[in-house]
Amino acid sequence: MGAAMEPGTKLAVPELTGAEIVIRCLQEEGVECVFGYPGGAVLFIYDELFKQDKVRHVLVRHEQGAAHAADGYSRASDRVGVCLVTSGPGVTNAVTGIATAYMDSIPMVIISGQVPTHAIGLDAFQECDTVGITRPCVKHNFLVKDVRDLAATMKKAFHIATTGRPGPVLVDIPKDVTTHTCRFEYPATVGMRSYNPTVKGHPGQIKKAVQLLLEAKRPMVYTGGGVILSDASAPLARLVRTLGYPCTNTLMGLGGYPATDRQFLGMLGMHGTYEANMAMQHCDVLLAIGARFDDRVIGNPKHFGEVQRRIIHVDIDPSSISKRVKVDIPIVGNVREVLEEMNRQFDGQAGKGDQKALAAWWTQIEAWRAKDCLRYDRSSKVIKPQFVIEKLYEVTKGEAFVTSDVGQHQMWAAQFYKFDRPRRWINSGGLGTMGFGLPAAMGAQFANPGATVACVTGESSIQMCLQELSTCKQYRLPIKIVNLNNRYMGMVRQWQEFFHGNRYAESYMDALPDFVKLAEGYGHRGTLVERPEDVEPALRDAFARKSELVFLDFVTDQTENVFPMVPGGKGITEMILAEEL
Amino acid sequence: MNAPTSPPGASPYALPAAPAGAMRHIISILLENESGALSRVAGLFSARGYNIESLTVAPTEDASLSRMTIVTVGSDDVIEQITKQLNKLIEVVKVVDLSEAPHIERELMLIKVRATGKDREEMKRMADIFRGRILDVTETTYTIELTGTGSKLDAFLEALDKTAILETVRTGASGIARGERVLRA
Repeated sequence: MGAAMEPGTKLAVPELTGAEIVIRCLQEEGVECVFGYPGGAVLFIYDELFKQDKVRHVLVRHEQGAAHAADGYSRASDRVGVCLVTSGPGVTNAVTGIATAYMDSIPMVIISGQVPTHAIGLDAFQECDTVGITRPCVKHNFLVKDVRDLAATMKKAFHIATTGRPGPVLVDIPKDVTTHTCRFEYPATVGMRSYNPTVKGHPGQIKKAVQLLLEAKRPMVYTGGGVILSDASAPLARLVRTLGYPCTNTLMGLGGYPATDRQFLGMLGMHGTYEANMAMQHCDVLLAIGARFDDRVIGNPKHFGEVQRRIIHVDIDPSSISKRVKVDIPIVGNVREVLEEMNRQFDGQAGKGDQKALAAWWTQIEAWRAKDCLRYDRSSKVIKPQFVIEKLYEVTKGEAFVTSDVGQHQMWAAQFYKFDRPRRWINSGGLGTMGFGLPAAMGAQFANPGATVACVTGESSIQMCLQELSTCKQYRLPIKIVNLNNRYMGMVRQWQEFFHGNRYAESYMDALPDFVKLAEGYGHRGTLVERPEDVEPALRDAFARKSELVFLDFVTDQTENVFPMVPGGKGITEMILAEEL
Repeated sequence: MNAPTSPPGASPYALPAAPAGAMRHIISILLENESGALSRVAGLFSARGYNIESLTVAPTEDASLSRMTIVTVGSDDVIEQITKQLNKLIEVVKVVDLSEAPHIERELMLIKVRATGKDREEMKRMADIFRGRILDVTETTYTIELTGTGSKLDAFLEALDKTAILETVRTGASGIARGERVLRA
């Protein structure tokens, strides 16, 4: 049995404490960076962290920031994000971040402290039912009651987080378990009879899909976050270019296919482009890859189902297939593997499809594109938020890591920053968590030292995790915060204008801080920009500063709305366009 | 946006009436016998708004595995989603919808009834007719054990005089496939 060791005792067989085992497991998994916040239940783990330097710890200022930072770290690289929080309030503070990662299927391991095993269930100090509270918002969780199970549990946690459809996995470790000792052996593999995700797509189904795609007269390729998560942008680009078909991305899939490519129709969905939504509705063969037919994308399901189309759906999660929209050819498997197999089958078949019909389809699409649905008033004397994003794109040459908070600014960033590469666009799509942007930018910066990282945000969102400005100072993170400040909760105000008779209930941001003074208070540089002609110079100046965080406060047009917009409950072709208002 | 809502005044826990095409399914699940596994399944059903008519679970001959039987009502689409979501759970080893093929369903009920005076003879006859067994006897009560399909147990309750029923406790249905099909890890 593992009892606490007396200091100075010598043993023939080396035994490690639970805390040492946690750190050794992280080292074995190649974890370089852990985001966390100490507390009573994790003190022994922090002690062991202190004694080594293979795993680096980043101290945040709120556990929500730790979870978002680990999340952003993972999204901007292909590594697992790891965060470490204490029991009770540490866990509950992190829940928002965990749920954010869960909704977007991000591989993350959360290590949480827990009160000692003998105190569980007795309403101890800083106790909460961590496993119970996080159960609905993690892929899986564990409570380690015996130190001898700890290493295997950590191995399982990393395995579950990174295989199949990725997701956050939480390991809850009681404080006494971190002091108990046992022999340490990190398992090379872990087999679970109850967990064996399908990786290879069924070859028969793939063959059917290839056949159907070649018969298409009005084909459409619809891709989402699954392409990013499985690093499939190269085979995707090959497939789309071989076929010459139009391609669209969801919010989570931006960067999966190069946005500057002529075959890219822009993002689709509630705030997608006119041409992408029209093509999605009127296609006759739809190839859905790593996307889940979310309600933001298909609008009114009845309206979507009115057009006869055949749907091929490639996804690693069988429960995503035919969940909202019935599909004709489901293919369960890892997106990259399935695409590579499809490419093999398409080899030598380029130009075999109905080229005449395809040409006519493209003519129709170009007619839709000609509507120029993203245009805005460029003659305005007030700064237009779209203009700021366009300039941001130019100044960073489209190569920055761009994180975002939630709201109008997020939609404009998605529409106007053209992402040619995956893992550059980092935002909370599924849960839509305000406060995500700044800590995620920290994570992205740690994952890519020296890279340019921009956080596009609004004055409402940035205040939710503002305390992380201190973390940025401590670790000298030269993030550039692009604050589109319209003194309103923009997206809420837009809905209130369109659907609630301009009754702006609680969407005005009163008592805003002086953001420049605030940034300076945290030791950073702040810049207020009020005129359109100052936008580009301010951006150029900020991004030239490679070792400073710069908070750019852009005072933008309060009346600007995001177009196109598919109102809730309407079909995706029933978009409101800018010209109509 | 278009979520179904209960009629005003209805209990917030009342589920909306089952849509047309909803059928009763009996789903058998093999899962790792680990603490929290039951909570995960129950949590899944409640979080996604699936209906649980009854749920029963116990270890199998392999102590590391539990077998759970859930009776649920839903359309084919809903049952398909339920099955897929259950398979997603890490501890779930296998899921089978027994309703898809010939199967045997059994449930146990213990029922305490008032049996006084001339009713005692009648109550014993009822128990015999339904092949129940009387496990406990007092001057005023019988406690009867009854096994069978859910509808047989329902029929027994219908057949009795309502005022005679003092207390009932049911286990919920368990099921097993007919023939050579087995549910194993």
